[in-house]
Amino acid sequence: MLSCKEVTHLLSEGLDRKLTVVERVRLEMHLLICGGCSNCRKQMDFLRSACRRYVAKHTRDDDGAR
Amino acid sequence: MTDAFDAEYLLAIRQDMLRFARLQLRDDAVAEDAVQEALAAALDGRKEFAGRAALKTWVFAILRNKIVDTIRERSRSVNVSALSAEEEEMDQTFDRLFKPNAHWQPDQGPAAWGDPEAALGQEQFWAVFEACLKHLPANTARVFMMREFLEFDTDEVCAELQISTSNCHVILHRARHGLRRCLEQTWFGNGAASC
Repeated sequence: MLSCKEVTHLLSEGLDRKLTVVERVRLEMHLLICGGCSNCRKQMDFLRSACRRYVAKHTRDDDGAR
Repeated sequence: MTDAFDAEYLLAIRQDMLRFARLQLRDDAVAEDAVQEALAAALDGRKEFAGRAALKTWVFAILRNKIVDTIRERSRSVNVSALSAEEEEMDQTFDRLFKPNAHWQPDQGPAAWGDPEAALGQEQFWAVFEACLKHLPANTARVFMMREFLEFDTDEVCAELQISTSNCHVILHRARHGLRRCLEQTWFGNGAASC
């Protein structure tokens, strides 16, 4: 089974490259039973949306009000 | 038709540009230069630009290119892969969250943040978010912001900065966990979960 530390790396890399099928299956199996890593995934996804929102807010005419 | 390039509007945009460039370049003088050059290029191109509707978006697209040029030039003289003391410390802090078997320490796992999206509507949250970004070591922040703020593919970030793909992933992971921890400690509060 993947360790939590390995999962943190896969969660981050999943935002930067397409994970392989094997990686995804192992990741999902781990997330099913690990609350800390499930929280970690939500936080990683949140960081991505917060960055997108920050950029929209400061650089676009519509002020990112979406 | 009113001139899209009225001075007042450009001055307001300039403040946003400076803030954006400073966050990414980590050097006020260099950021100032990038903004000046972007504004000059925008003024030169004003004839081709029709209407004010998307002026800010357009000027920022120019600024984005200037920032990338600056980062690219800088990467020729600075080794982005070299670890600073700050970065080593971040890695050690991260390692301490885990037991020897690489699973979370009982009280160190990421906490449930409830409904974090709600924070996006609060100005105070954005102040904390910016403070956390500024808290990241300079090289780590540059790589992260190139990926997340300038929205480059990871391959492009690696190529521009001449670092390996695996190192790029390590740096982005470091940045994300640094930010995650910072937001957890300063905004979202405790309630750590292990496995």
